[in-house]
Amino acid sequence: MEWYIALIWAGILGIAVAMYVILDGFDLGIGILFPFSKSEHERDQMMNSVAPFWDGNETWLVLGGGGLLAAFPAAYAILMPAVYLPVIAMLLGLIFRGVAFEFRWVGRTSKQFWNVAFAAGSILAAFAQGVILGGLIQGVKVENGAFAGGHFDFATPFAALCGVAVVAGYALLGATWLVMKTEGDVARLARTHAKWLLAAVIVFMGIVSLWTPLAFPRIAERWFSLPNLFFFAPVPIVTAIAALLCLKWLDDERREVLPFLCAIALFFLGYSGLVISNFPYLVPPTLTVWQAAAAPASQIFLLLGTLFMLPVILGYTAFVYWLFGGKIREGEGYH
Amino acid sequence: MDFDPVLLARLQFAFTISFHIIFPTFTIGLSAYIATLEVMWLWSQREHYHRLARFWTKIFAVSFAMGVVSGLVLSYEFGTNWSRFSVFAGNIIGPLMGYEVLVAFFLESTFLGIMLFGWNRFPPGLHVFSCIAVALGTLISAFWIISANSWMHTPAGYVLQNGVAVPVDWLQIIFNPSFPYRLAHMATAAYLTTSFVVLAVGARYLLAGKYLDEAKTMLRMGVGFAAIVAPLQLFIGDQHGLNTLKYQPVKIAAMEAHWDGSKPGDFEIFAWPDQKGEANRYAISVPRGSSLVLTHDPNGLFPGLTSVPPTDRPNVPIVFFAFRIMLGIGFLMIGTALLGAFLWWRGKLFEMRWYLWPAQYVWWIGFVAVIAGWTVTESGRQPWIAYGLQRTADAASPVPGSSIATTLALFVFVYGVVFSMGIYYINRLINTGPAAIAGAPPASGMASRPLSSDAEAEAPS
Ligand code: HDD
Ligand code: HEM
Ligand code: HEM
Repeated sequence: MEWYIALIWAGILGIAVAMYVILDGFDLGIGILFPFSKSEHERDQMMNSVAPFWDGNETWLVLGGGGLLAAFPAAYAILMPAVYLPVIAMLLGLIFRGVAFEFRWVGRTSKQFWNVAFAAGSILAAFAQGVILGGLIQGVKVENGAFAGGHFDFATPFAALCGVAVVAGYALLGATWLVMKTEGDVARLARTHAKWLLAAVIVFMGIVSLWTPLAFPRIAERWFSLPNLFFFAPVPIVTAIAALLCLKWLDDERREVLPFLCAIALFFLGYSGLVISNFPYLVPPTLTVWQAAAAPASQIFLLLGTLFMLPVILGYTAFVYWLFGGKIREGEGYH
Repeated sequence: MDFDPVLLARLQFAFTISFHIIFPTFTIGLSAYIATLEVMWLWSQREHYHRLARFWTKIFAVSFAMGVVSGLVLSYEFGTNWSRFSVFAGNIIGPLMGYEVLVAFFLESTFLGIMLFGWNRFPPGLHVFSCIAVALGTLISAFWIISANSWMHTPAGYVLQNGVAVPVDWLQIIFNPSFPYRLAHMATAAYLTTSFVVLAVGARYLLAGKYLDEAKTMLRMGVGFAAIVAPLQLFIGDQHGLNTLKYQPVKIAAMEAHWDGSKPGDFEIFAWPDQKGEANRYAISVPRGSSLVLTHDPNGLFPGLTSVPPTDRPNVPIVFFAFRIMLGIGFLMIGTALLGAFLWWRGKLFEMRWYLWPAQYVWWIGFVAVIAGWTVTESGRQPWIAYGLQRTADAASPVPGSSIATTLALFVFVYGVVFSMGIYYINRLINTGPAAIAGAPPASGMASRPLSSDAEAEAPS
């Protein structure tokens, strides 16, 4: 009866995760690129380009976690213990990079330390997110509605590959963000980095696309049975086009916004591939969105607030991005 | 290796949340204070209000960052530490926390950007608006999270289906019986704690003969606010206690170390509650004091600890002593504030060194009272995680003790490093003072390093 409410919730969580991956993706990406910057001035410029936004960006992660608890408590209760260690690692990484935004400015002699903390924290958080993703795709062992697997079940070569892939992907988002938001040496360097990262991302996407159907029959069946094949075939084709366009625009100094948009498009495509592979499971391969759903009264109660608040949130988020629009020049900041 | 996973999960949760609450307490109060300063600045056009607002915004930024990252940890700990509780109560706790994210977190975190980085870019009106939005966001956040927490103490508006709590009436859930008292007590605690920080910093500058305009304003604001609100807190706390007596009598019995409910209760100023012997040792007490406070009758009776079997009692010494710490600080605050108000009235507030000298050290007392208060509340709820519904021992996640021990050690280490540096930086910002911080050139360019020029002159404290 209320089957579609669970679907709506799956959709909302999907949006929250996508928003998170794109928004926090580019500011984690700035951290990942920190070690490749040349001077303290450049690092100031890079960090300033995201400083007013990072907290709002990270809030999408809270919405993802909180929304999962509210709408699908059974899935939340299985997944968190299943990927316990990478979740904690992600949180610890986010602590270091989060406080670095402030501490780097107020700590005079320890600036170097917070540079390292910002970079290492960002890399750790991105890697851990990839591992969590990989752990989910692999599947989680469930008995009697609780996690029943081993504590290191998540730790496989496949999960590690996903971890590295996410690091590369976020770095690509970060680099194209810098192309858009900065000038001078930082922007030039970012263009070069972005090309290498684009290549890496495409390679990783390729490997994951081959690995998952080979290793997991349910995914192979989803993609390669007829008529699905015809419906889903555009996904890899459009991906290839987006990648080529991104490369072309990265070579064209006049294009400053388009590479970032292309990188976002690539993320969306990869993401939709994963959704195609795993839908309707929240905890592959056992728990579907319907089995994990909260009581209808809970889902409806929060849904009302969400449908009202999401547009408001998107509205003022856009407003703040608009306010801080324009480029960050060398030596310029908001502090 | 043999670790008790439940005990470790509790330790980890207690450690991380006790750290977290320090920062909300301060940011709830401070954002309201900054908004007030800005409104006063716009109103009176006096520059020192502006300098003060900028100065405290710097400190706010550092605290807020620590509040955010430590809070993020908590929102995932419901799954990593208490997954069986999440299954049991997720239908109820989840949407409440969901509303917190939607209504509060996005508001505060988005407008924070304008508040911190918008000083010279945008018209003052927009900036003031953002400060108010952030202050409001922190308060709304307290509303929802305390509603969730209060439901765990006084569950209402639900039915049990297949061993899971299912919501029936959301108004009853949100406004559950202990919620209004707890929210009022906590919000007041946050403002009070902050007013003591402001008061202490004012006293510190006055004694050092620095920033006299700002110092006097801070001292007046701190003392004036606290003189009204500290006594109010006593009243709210008392009402809160009466409510608890109604719904969680065992917690009250533990707070008062009251064993035998067939006799009126003494108020123990000091005692050692002996859990085995079910009696108090070395007691110094006010005869029938507790009965008088709780029942307004020296012969009044209220339930004792022996009314429930030992397995249903909380750890009495923890609850008992934490309660006394909070009370002691509560009275110390009332005394400090009223004395200051008296001196102010006689026109001597800024000269009395015997008052200012200790006053510069009171900045931390509110934080201790807050942690002590939460220890009373939460430890007093044990052995239940949701009072009367689920035991804490049945709530933990299927995570091996060794993993929790490892991550607990990591948390202790990371929080130790990050937060001690944060507090060190805040202290240094305070020593640097409002003039140096707010005096940064208005335009862009140099503005990204506001501290570099003036701060070098100051020795780090
Ligand atoms: C009395 C108020 C209060 C209490 C009891 C708690 N919090 Fe908190 N929390 C806040 C008041 C607050 C705040 C004032 O809204 C903070 C503090 C600083 C900040 O950034 O917002 C915050 C931040 C904060 C954040 C980061 C939000 C962001 O990204 O902006 C999260 C995820 C949580 N909290 C989660 C929790 C959880 C899961 C709690 C309990 C188990 C909890 N908080 C107790
Ligand atoms: C922020 C101020 C708070 C502080 C300082 C605090 C402190 C504590 C402490 C010391 C414990 C351990 C008690 C024990 O095991 O003896 C605890 C447990 C717990 N608290 Fe709180 N608490 C706070 C707020 C909250 C809120 C707002 C919630 C939920 C919405 C909450 C949920 C829990 C849970 C789930 C446990 C673990 C289970 C348990 O031991 O009962 N707490 N807290
Ligand atoms: C001086 C008189 C005070 C009285 C009579 C009082 C009373 C109480 C009581 C009875 C509780 C436990 C409520 C429960 O059953 O869960 C409590 C909790 C608490 N107290 Fe106090 N209190 C006082 C002062 C203070 C002060 C000065 C602060 C902080 C600045 C403070 C902060 C807290 C906090 C944070 C809690 C936990 C949250 C809650 O349950 O409200 N209290 N207080």
